[in-house]
Amino acid sequence: MSQPTPTTSPTDKRRIGAPLLEIRDLQVSFATQAGMVPAVNGVSLTLLQGETLAIVGESGSGKTTTALSVIKLLPGAAEITGGSILFDGVDLTKLSEKELESVRGKQIGFVPQDPMSNLNPVWRIGFQVEETLVANGKAQRGRDAREKAIAVLESAGLGDAAQRMRQYPHQFSGGMRQRVLIGIGLSSTPKLLIADEPTSALDVTVQRVILDHLAKLTAESGTSVLFITHDLGLAAERAQKLVVMYKGRVVEAGPSVELLQNPQHPYTKRLVAAAPSLASHRLQGSASSIAARDQRDAESADVDLARTAEERAAHAASALAAPPAVQVENLTKVFRISSGKLRSEPFTAVDSVSFSIAKGTTTALVGESGSGKSTVARLVLKLDEPTSGRIVVDGRDLSTTRGKDLLALRRRMQPVFQDPFGSLDPLYNIGATIAEPLVAHRVGNAREQQARVLELLDQVSLPKKLVDRYPNELSGGQRQRVAIARALALKPDIVVLDEAVSALDVLVQAQILALLGELQSELDLTYLFITHDLAVVRLIADNVCVMRKGRIVEAASTSEVFDNPKEQYTQELLAAIPGAGITLGA
Amino acid sequence: MLWYILRRVLQVIPVFLGATLLIYFMVFALPGDPIAALGGDRGLNPAVADAIRARYHLDQPFFIQYLYYLQGIFTGDLGTTFSGQKVSDILGRTLPVTFRLAVMAIIIEAIVGILIGLVAGLRKNGVFDTVSLLLSLVLISMPIFVLAFLAQFVFGIKLGWARTTVSGDAPLNELILPAFVLAFFVVANVIRLTRTSVIENLDADFVRTATAKGLSRPRIIRVHVLRNSLIPVVTLIGTDFGLLIVGATVTEGIFNVPGVGNTLFKAIILSEAPTVVSFVTVFVIVYLLSNLLVDVLYAFLDPRIRYGK
Repeated sequence: MSQPTPTTSPTDKRRIGAPLLEIRDLQVSFATQAGMVPAVNGVSLTLLQGETLAIVGESGSGKTTTALSVIKLLPGAAEITGGSILFDGVDLTKLSEKELESVRGKQIGFVPQDPMSNLNPVWRIGFQVEETLVANGKAQRGRDAREKAIAVLESAGLGDAAQRMRQYPHQFSGGMRQRVLIGIGLSSTPKLLIADEPTSALDVTVQRVILDHLAKLTAESGTSVLFITHDLGLAAERAQKLVVMYKGRVVEAGPSVELLQNPQHPYTKRLVAAAPSLASHRLQGSASSIAARDQRDAESADVDLARTAEERAAHAASALAAPPAVQVENLTKVFRISSGKLRSEPFTAVDSVSFSIAKGTTTALVGESGSGKSTVARLVLKLDEPTSGRIVVDGRDLSTTRGKDLLALRRRMQPVFQDPFGSLDPLYNIGATIAEPLVAHRVGNAREQQARVLELLDQVSLPKKLVDRYPNELSGGQRQRVAIARALALKPDIVVLDEAVSALDVLVQAQILALLGELQSELDLTYLFITHDLAVVRLIADNVCVMRKGRIVEAASTSEVFDNPKEQYTQELLAAIPGAGITLGA
Repeated sequence: MLWYILRRVLQVIPVFLGATLLIYFMVFALPGDPIAALGGDRGLNPAVADAIRARYHLDQPFFIQYLYYLQGIFTGDLGTTFSGQKVSDILGRTLPVTFRLAVMAIIIEAIVGILIGLVAGLRKNGVFDTVSLLLSLVLISMPIFVLAFLAQFVFGIKLGWARTTVSGDAPLNELILPAFVLAFFVVANVIRLTRTSVIENLDADFVRTATAKGLSRPRIIRVHVLRNSLIPVVTLIGTDFGLLIVGATVTEGIFNVPGVGNTLFKAIILSEAPTVVSFVTVFVIVYLLSNLLVDVLYAFLDPRIRYGK
């Protein structure tokens, strides 16, 4: 595992020089039923040759729209309504569709966000690389294209390319597909590569390897990179220059480290304060100076993660003496998976996992996809039966709890899931959604239920008027608050949070984490927090269990895991947190 | 791939047995005694009636009779009609005609449906799209006999381009008009499905990536939009094949095509049980085979199915 790459290394052969891409006063609007709605409003930026520039912003900030405007890949309803995009002296906004074809791929490469949906499922990998080479005049159809495609895939870091290019996308992992897409993007050695959140769909260690490789390839060829991301830490680590976008406008731009250490615009300040990977470093810094700065900046008062974390530490100390709320002993879950033909083979998803959670504290299960952490959550919630092992909740063995007792136990244990869009029924209004557990468990009459719903809305800081709105009228953060309110409806003692903040923008994520912290101390809740994001763990958890391939490889208190990780895998995970290598000025 | 096909073939067996059992049971459950009916008003000598019953295994329990019936299917003995012709001979004569008609109709349906659907999808909400929508609605809402009489009148009588009826050996050129009628009866669904599928795929991420790769528009449409859009369309067209063979009855009647539909229609009117049962059995087999063909084509078009679990 490599160390975080410094932003400029001595081996960097980039020719930093003349401007390659100049966007001037770009305006992009979307046609909606209410008329043209501006998505990008007067964006200007300059990218020099050999340079990497990152556009940072939350979803809806216009960062992707700006990037896609460059090669006119905008969705049908969007239209460039003003400004110019100079690439190598040519205004791309004035080119015809035919002229653009010779720019796309050949001069400007593109690496898309989601590796799962960006390769055509019905064509072999090799075919999709070869057609790119042929279309851009880099190879002759046939053997020549095949040989060059192998070279492209090998340089993108795909081992055994000659064999694997005969396979189809669904036979590739997400990381492998992203390598293929990077290979395709760079196959014609373009002058500019647009990378739109190229690794957000991947595990953190895979992300690191892929981005390191991308940095190496673009450095070797002197390719400029326009990097789009929502992750400030990642952006600062990978780009020399940052452009922060908010609601279609550039709010701040400048050299990465400078911008992070001394953000000027209130929005950038909030972003820096909320970025979990960066904020965790603030914990080591002087807390008083941070508090003082927050006093000056009223906007960030509602997302003071440092303070929440401190309160947590104080609270955790007092809770240590309490008996465990959840105790898991030698938990094992074996699935039978089909291995083609009629056979199936056992797959151990969870392998002798043991841990316990003290009442009123938070234990985080951390691991990459496929590590078995979500299976543990399902077993603890009794949504699935373990193959062997014991789960004891408040002194009751889950496996022997049935009927009425089980129902009573379920009331005390509630889940919050990852997807704030998928986990709310679109046909239920917010009031009905939150009241549903009350109705299902026959708690109180209609009037009491209604009162409880309003109380819950208040607890999760949502306005009462939302009660008769529907999920599609709410933002992602609001929806996740609704999901939390629903989980709290039955006054549970234990809440299982399965990637509950992973799908949220960083500022919203910070708010939800702060809310969870407040609710915990207020209601004395016990959390089992499942996540792939170690940076978030530090802010919310008292104890951490690091899972890999179904086993817990390291279990300790949060500070121990972060300050003194014992296992190599934990160290790798920690090193892979984007922006971990950047020190912020206090 | 081979495993996939083998599994599909194996799945055909229980469906075949279930369907034939059902057909046989329904005939068995029909009221009336065919043997007693043979004697007319005078009635049969009981000894003769018993002999006939024994000959046709009618004295055996239901399930044994069914097994004899299955044996007949597999040995090609489908019984005889009241006029003494072998049912297998009639099928041998009429099935190829209907098959030819259905294949022609399917080809017309596929070409016309996919072309119109593709253009409509590419020019979503344009003039062409709107006109094709209106045309599809007209076709969907028109009963097939109206379509057939209209075609006969316009192309056969007014323009004189084609004969209004088909002669005994049903040559290809005489089948063109009924084939078009059959095709237009089912083409609207292909147009609509192709259009929807094309629009969906035009918005797919991999099409955007293909554009970013620098591919030309025609290549993107052909390789990345059309190919992917055809997967659901093939399923529809495949099941239409079964539908056209079985459902050609009305069209064959109007154009006097000597196919299975026409023959079956006459057999039903005359209550010729052996003919009806045999024909329906053949229809079941045709349906099963055309569905099998669809599954195989599906796997050919979509590698996720070919290599999937």
